[in-house]
Amino acid sequence: MNEVLLIKAGELVLKGLNRRTFEDQLLKNLRRALRPLGPWQYHWSQSTLQAIPGAPSVNMAAAAEKTGKVFGIAGYSRALRLPKDMTTLLAAAPSYLSDALRFARTFKCEAKRSDKRFPLRSPQICEEMGEVLCNAFPHLRVDVRQPDVTIHIEIRDQYAFLHAGQLRGAGGLPVGTAGEAVLLISGGIDSPVAAWMMARRGLRLTAVHFASPPYTSPRAEEKVHKLLAAVAGYAGRVRLFVVPFTAFQEQIRERCPEDLFTLVMRRAMMRIAEQIALRENCGALITGESLGQVASQTLQALACTNSALTLPVFRPLVGMDKNETIEIARKIETFEISVLPYEDCCTVFTPRHPRTKPKLSMLTQAEQSLDWDILLADALKGAQFLSIEAEGVQPCKRES
Amino acid sequence: MEAYLDNSATTPPCREATEAMQEALTHLWGNPSSLHQAGLAAEHLLQDARALVAASLSAKPDEITFTSGGTEANNLALFGAAAARRRRGRRIVISAVEHSSIAESAAELQTRGFEVVYLGVDSKGRVSEQELARAINAETILVSLMAVNNEVGSLQPVDSLRRAVRYAGAPALIHCDAVQAYGKLALAPQHMGVDLLTVSSHKIHGPKGAGALYIRKGVKLQPILFGGSQEGKLRPGTEAMPAIAGFAAAAKALPNPQQALAYVGTLRERLVAGLQTIKGVRINSPADSLAYLTNISVPGLMSETLLNFLSARGVYVSAGSACAKGKKSRVLQAMGLGEPEINGALRISLSRYTTCDEIDAFLFALTEARHTLAHT
Repeated sequence: MNEVLLIKAGELVLKGLNRRTFEDQLLKNLRRALRPLGPWQYHWSQSTLQAIPGAPSVNMAAAAEKTGKVFGIAGYSRALRLPKDMTTLLAAAPSYLSDALRFARTFKCEAKRSDKRFPLRSPQICEEMGEVLCNAFPHLRVDVRQPDVTIHIEIRDQYAFLHAGQLRGAGGLPVGTAGEAVLLISGGIDSPVAAWMMARRGLRLTAVHFASPPYTSPRAEEKVHKLLAAVAGYAGRVRLFVVPFTAFQEQIRERCPEDLFTLVMRRAMMRIAEQIALRENCGALITGESLGQVASQTLQALACTNSALTLPVFRPLVGMDKNETIEIARKIETFEISVLPYEDCCTVFTPRHPRTKPKLSMLTQAEQSLDWDILLADALKGAQFLSIEAEGVQPCKRES
Repeated sequence: MEAYLDNSATTPPCREATEAMQEALTHLWGNPSSLHQAGLAAEHLLQDARALVAASLSAKPDEITFTSGGTEANNLALFGAAAARRRRGRRIVISAVEHSSIAESAAELQTRGFEVVYLGVDSKGRVSEQELARAINAETILVSLMAVNNEVGSLQPVDSLRRAVRYAGAPALIHCDAVQAYGKLALAPQHMGVDLLTVSSHKIHGPKGAGALYIRKGVKLQPILFGGSQEGKLRPGTEAMPAIAGFAAAAKALPNPQQALAYVGTLRERLVAGLQTIKGVRINSPADSLAYLTNISVPGLMSETLLNFLSARGVYVSAGSACAKGKKSRVLQAMGLGEPEINGALRISLSRYTTCDEIDAFLFALTEARHTLAHT
């Protein structure tokens, strides 16, 4: 049996002269996602990409699941690829479609004949196929208005394809087509969702996590590895820099007014992240901030954090409600990881009464008391570099 | 050097236990219910195990029902007793400081229409006998009280339950969660006047995955699992023989409780003397608590920070109880401790294998933590 994946490109088909770059990137990302499952061949025709397994042992269900997470795809289906001959089509249909039809009550057939040399017309194809399926599955009734299952027969230029419907793809643009950005990730619910949203717009991700041992535990860092592995299922390989932050936090705690702890800390984090971004050729920062969610995310607080930076900061959650964020977090399977109860860098030394309407002058003044340059340099120097893939929660260590 | 001072969470299996498990896995792997020779050998192993665990509780073998551990035994006790006596009353009495496998089972029974009365504790973490007597009425069908509290080590007045139940004329079964007391105190349920008593293997240097419920002869419980006649139909399913064999071997290897307690008592004295030299450390366990377990607070420091700091130095303790990861201690709250004390609580738990060096390593690391960590 020759089963393939039929993949319909999404938004990128609207691109003009640079459409090829988008298609090439999509193909590259798909190759990377499917390679662990075995050898594959790929073939573009118009806006449809065929992924053809090179061995009968390839797990098609796993391949479909991975395809569903690749950005830039509008829809995809598992389909049977056959020679363009009606007898063969009719003979193969009952056994291939039995999984889809066994538990259905009603069905209909839909034929698409882009090769007009094919002897039968679309309604005739449907008629013959319908009859064969009704005979093979006597419990089925035809319902052309609201069928449980729609059987598609596509007669294309080289082959005919048979499938039981298309699944919705992850949408968006292929990762890598928009460049690369640095994600600030603590371990909460928001940052993985922000990462997912920006990767869907084509950004490749590099993540920065701040670790403050012993105030934060090795488990908090492991949690970040797991979150990024979940995100990497969509975004492909994610690079992670783990930045030691204890000294910074201890000095902030010692020398700055308590109500400004969090904001001074966030400005420090943003600046470190920016330094890493510039060094790694990333063009923006991504955070999970949402307007008004906590004291450090009021308009005034965001303005203060922002003014520490020159690179643009993407905050895709800025206008979202927590429930909407949680809904996405559940969908991308990061929620259950995010709610594990470990201290993270953001919950260490939280002030009892943080300032909600800070002025920039207060912060710049507070920061004058810090050995800023030394702390920044030490943090960057101590950063550990890891590479995280969807398959591997265990990241491989490399020189930074 | 590593110092493992978290023996109330779990204990390292003793040599006797691992050897017995090895034997059960390699040679005596039969199904005790099978009629053939391999099954018979396994059945004999099960009989021996039951006798050994019974002996450790001065009980009869047929009063021992093996379970997967303390949590399952507690569930069987509560749900099994409530179902068996539901026609004779609706009240269930437990303390406010029970292990979550009791507290959450009771909460579930409450949603099923039972009335649950929670007994508070004093500043020593102890339930008062007067309050206990007041709570038990003629409608009471079950009283459950732990022998030793798992977070602070307070001893509970389990011995007074029988009198209180008799005095109230209650049709109540008496259950004792003795997981933290087993092997550390001489336990004889018949002498204590309890009908049901929970013990667990992995707190006495046995493997995880085995525990037992003592059910006094003549007491009937409703099963909570169905599907076979094992364990008198109370715990159907093929017996976990390697775990049970390891459990029994660990029970057999238990030393005389008084002698072990005398040794652990000297460790506790060393620990307390050392703690008193570290500024700002508060000891939450009452002086008359079980010596195996000491709860302290370092106000101004967070438990999790301390744990991370100590763990990096090879010293393993826990915050409150290992089961309540990330939650505020109900026990310390019930004892009336303040927020800083609860947030900075640590539990140091010892075993008969603990050494003076381990105590010293802990004291050294805690002193270092006190001097280097920033206070909140």
